[in-house]
Amino acid sequence: MALRFELVTPEKLYRSDDVYMVVVPGSEGDFGVLEGHSPMMSTLRNDAALEIYATQGATPERLIIAGGFAEVNENGLTVLAERVEA
Amino acid sequence: MASLKALKMRINSVKSTQKITKAMKMVAAAKLRRATEAAEASRPYAERLEAVVSSIASKVTVGPQSPKLLAGSGNSDVHLFVVATSDKGLAGAFNTNIVRLARRQAEALKAEGKAVKFYTIGKKGRDQLSRTFRGDIIHSIEPGDLGKLTYADVQAWGEDLTARFEAGDFDVAHLFFSKFENVLTQTPTQIQLMPVAVTAGEGDAVGVSATVEYEPDEEEILADLLPRNVAVQLLRANRENAASEQGSKMTAMDNATRNAGDMINKLTIQYNRTRQAAITTELIEIIAGAEAL
Repeated sequence: MALRFELVTPEKLYRSDDVYMVVVPGSEGDFGVLEGHSPMMSTLRNDAALEIYATQGATPERLIIAGGFAEVNENGLTVLAERVEA
Repeated sequence: MASLKALKMRINSVKSTQKITKAMKMVAAAKLRRATEAAEASRPYAERLEAVVSSIASKVTVGPQSPKLLAGSGNSDVHLFVVATSDKGLAGAFNTNIVRLARRQAEALKAEGKAVKFYTIGKKGRDQLSRTFRGDIIHSIEPGDLGKLTYADVQAWGEDLTARFEAGDFDVAHLFFSKFENVLTQTPTQIQLMPVAVTAGEGDAVGVSATVEYEPDEEEILADLLPRNVAVQLLRANRENAASEQGSKMTAMDNATRNAGDMINKLTIQYNRTRQAAITTELIEIIAGAEAL
């Protein structure tokens, strides 16, 4: 059970991985995305943390993103962000 | 006929020119590699954003309350040409080709009775356009080294352009830049920047069949994404330009190096002929002197 996760900035493809879950800071509240999530699109809060869980129960990796936009479709989760800070 | 010394000096000067153009060619080759990598790296973001924008835009019905960047101002009387060139020359016809395309389009639009304004990026474009359209240039930007341009720089220009558009300074904006095909070919290209040109059919890529949930609703997402799309297009154009400039420079410098080589060969032949003529004259003088005795 893996979620295809891509993080793209205007300058490069920042990250492209298979992960367990990603918690996305949506502008109307955080939401977790697992594999098989229903299709959705959301804008993101500025300077909020994106949490990436590589496996179930693992400590999340946190990335601060700004100017972002998330899209979930049958291929996985794509986050477009203008700035990413580890 | 030029003296031997003068010829020698000319040969040396051409040789040092050749050394410089050769070095410039190698520098351009190194920069070109980096520029193409940067251009490729910025492609995924631009493609995804474009797919998302056109898929949402195709669902939203254009009404009076929809964002101006999508709906446009309703007429097309004033056109803005965003002409992206570079600050530096010595790159063959790179800048000239972009300007020529812009000028041709501008003249065509003016013949139709529309107004055309210019927003130039790059010193060379401004200089060349001001010869014919001096009063029509509303703003000029000097980007410096195109290879070092970041998203933050471009974002500011995008915001400026969007503000001017919202204020009603112009109805349609076109972006001119040079598309990098390969080292030998760079095509001057024109795309519509504002309002967003929605290409029908492309939206299928983002799963139109499925019912997609929007947070917040489509209109708000669009209002958020459209200004960003302008900046991304500008970044893309400048990245393509950076690669094209270096490609064009490499070809130009390669030609210059070869021409210098030809020139050196020609001058060397002339030098040798002159030297031999001098020796022959000297011999004739000696023989004539000996015979006279």
